[in-house]
Amino acid sequence: MSHPSGDKRFKILETTMKKHQLLPGALIEVLHAAQELFGYLELDLLYFIARGMKLPPSKVYGVATFYHFFSLKPKGEHTCVVCTGTACYVKGAGELPRAVAEAAHVKEGETTANGKLSLLTARCLGACGMAPAVVLDGSMKGHATPDNLLQQVQGWLAGGPARSA
Amino acid sequence: MDLQDLRELAEKERRSQAPRSIRCCVAAGCTSANSMAVLDNLQQAVQDAGLKDKVHVSPVGCLRLCCEGPLVATDPDGHLYHKVAPGDAEAIVAGLGNGGFAARRGDAASPFFALQASVVLDNCGHVEPERIETYIARDGYTALFKVLREMSPPQVVDEVTRSGLRGRGGAGYPTGVKWSMVAKNQGDRKFVVCNADEGDPGAFMNRSLLESDPHKVLEGMAIAAYAVGASSGYIYVRGEYPLAIARLKTAIKQAGRLGLLGTHRCNSPFDFRIDIRIGAGAFVCGEETALMASIMGERGLPTPRPPYPAEKGLWGCPTLINNVETFANIPAIMRQGADWFAGIGTDSSKGTKVFCVTGKVKNTGLVEVPLGTPLRTIVEDIGGGVPGNGRIKAVQTGGPSGGCIPAQHLDTSVDYEALGQLGSIMGSGGMIVMDEGTDMVDVARFFMTFCMDESCGKCIPCRAGTVQLTHLLTRIIDKVATPQDLELLESLCDMVKNASLCGLGQTAPNPVLSTLRYFRDEYTSRLRAGGVVRRALALPLVSLS
Repeated sequence: MSHPSGDKRFKILETTMKKHQLLPGALIEVLHAAQELFGYLELDLLYFIARGMKLPPSKVYGVATFYHFFSLKPKGEHTCVVCTGTACYVKGAGELPRAVAEAAHVKEGETTANGKLSLLTARCLGACGMAPAVVLDGSMKGHATPDNLLQQVQGWLAGGPARSA
Repeated sequence: MDLQDLRELAEKERRSQAPRSIRCCVAAGCTSANSMAVLDNLQQAVQDAGLKDKVHVSPVGCLRLCCEGPLVATDPDGHLYHKVAPGDAEAIVAGLGNGGFAARRGDAASPFFALQASVVLDNCGHVEPERIETYIARDGYTALFKVLREMSPPQVVDEVTRSGLRGRGGAGYPTGVKWSMVAKNQGDRKFVVCNADEGDPGAFMNRSLLESDPHKVLEGMAIAAYAVGASSGYIYVRGEYPLAIARLKTAIKQAGRLGLLGTHRCNSPFDFRIDIRIGAGAFVCGEETALMASIMGERGLPTPRPPYPAEKGLWGCPTLINNVETFANIPAIMRQGADWFAGIGTDSSKGTKVFCVTGKVKNTGLVEVPLGTPLRTIVEDIGGGVPGNGRIKAVQTGGPSGGCIPAQHLDTSVDYEALGQLGSIMGSGGMIVMDEGTDMVDVARFFMTFCMDESCGKCIPCRAGTVQLTHLLTRIIDKVATPQDLELLESLCDMVKNASLCGLGQTAPNPVLSTLRYFRDEYTSRLRAGGVVRRALALPLVSLS
């Protein structure tokens, strides 16, 4: 079985599926591997996994949509993840997603129309010592305020280079 | 590997240790404050000073006082440095053996450290999580050898029972009883599962432990496997913890290479292999039946119990599920005996417990204390109270399943029963301090929104009930609720609590109930005056989009 696109990543995914075929219940592992390779789980990719693992597509879709970690849509050029854990919350993190959403005209969990920014929230990142914590393009920043966060985000929206806050 | 080899390895590692050492925290809290750069610079500074043979720079796990990270400790000087920047490396190296580097020096003898105990965290901040040798040098894996050579499985179970250890995941079920049930049940295969799906917001004990001392958890699991007769195990870790996952993978590989795990482990006739399963962001998977569904590649939906996992768990086989911290207690119990362990804590709650003290408190970080320690000691003496002149209003324990303990009950002893009587629970160990500026109804809504988002949708009381409770709380906050709404809120809490399928729904009303119990006026003062029944019936319990 191969993918008509000839994309090499499908080959790698196939190897992962074969490796897991002996083990029962490896679907979630395979979905993790697929999301790591492709960034998100397109429907076409889910079909590919269903065929490869000999599972009904409904099951693959059901599992992929159950877990927050799996995304069926592509992420934006930049990502802003706001921690919504309790420690961050009591230190004012509730303001942060609202401020970004307003400034960037984007809803929580979604990407701006121009594909520049994804605004995400996370359950406790475990960085409670530096609450409120945010993760900007994969690097964690502590003691976030609407002001210092917006400064960074507005830089991204203006198309500026990816810098850390 | 046999015991002799283990002892030689430990001896070799101890001999190779330099007379001085600098320990730099590389757990997630400090690494996100740039401690990897601090580590590199310290290593460079030691080399530049020509001290390579005399000073060892080691990347270690959590040094506990997370709010002051990156943390660096020096031995044998006993200095602890706060908020170390990469540029401070030379000054720290220059300060070795003399007064130290005053500008960044913290107080290593402060109550934050002095009042803590160390059973679970005794290696944290000392062993290098990515080098098994450092764990072995601190008597690591000796408990496993002792058990395999000197004890029968029933003896191991008996020892755990006598120790009085109770589950550290939150519910506090006696560990020994759970082990004996799995041991008794017959099955072709049995499994040992470590629940590391630490989902409570504001709790990072398990993450810190796995990042700092992964071998201790593996050793605990290996002992459990021998006691109950299991040959394979899973660690179910949150996907949000990449560093813990990476360190666990390294640890499993290293233990396998030395023959401590795998086929004929420790030169015994027993096999035990451990696989990691990475969670995918579903809070409900911390519930044991949902967790098992997830390990088997399914949607993480809970199933009714009985049958309990001890009877029919993974693939229908008897399965032992314990929390990370529960397993981490096992090696010490086997090494030092059940009586020693039972000597710590209170009559019904033995041993120590690790907490994450966070929120409006001066010292946030990882805290381990004997059970039975007054809550006040933890939040005021160890935690240092509210920064500035603020006063503590309440302490939230147990995450979304727990409750808020008001300031007048701060002298309560922290044990399973006392917290239960106050309407909260021990939970996994999150402890969030709230000051007088905190709006308790808003806090209740925060947790209810969390439960609403995380409800798996299988049973209606939880799926629909949490939505309605969130709506009602919002109405109260928006000051449009009537006294009837408050009545509805209370009766709905009761329904969700009693009718939900799993722990998520059964405990979801707890934050509302406990804030109602102690801060009722914050609810009633926002109700609309007048008894007009407004919209109370417009919130049907079942018709939801």
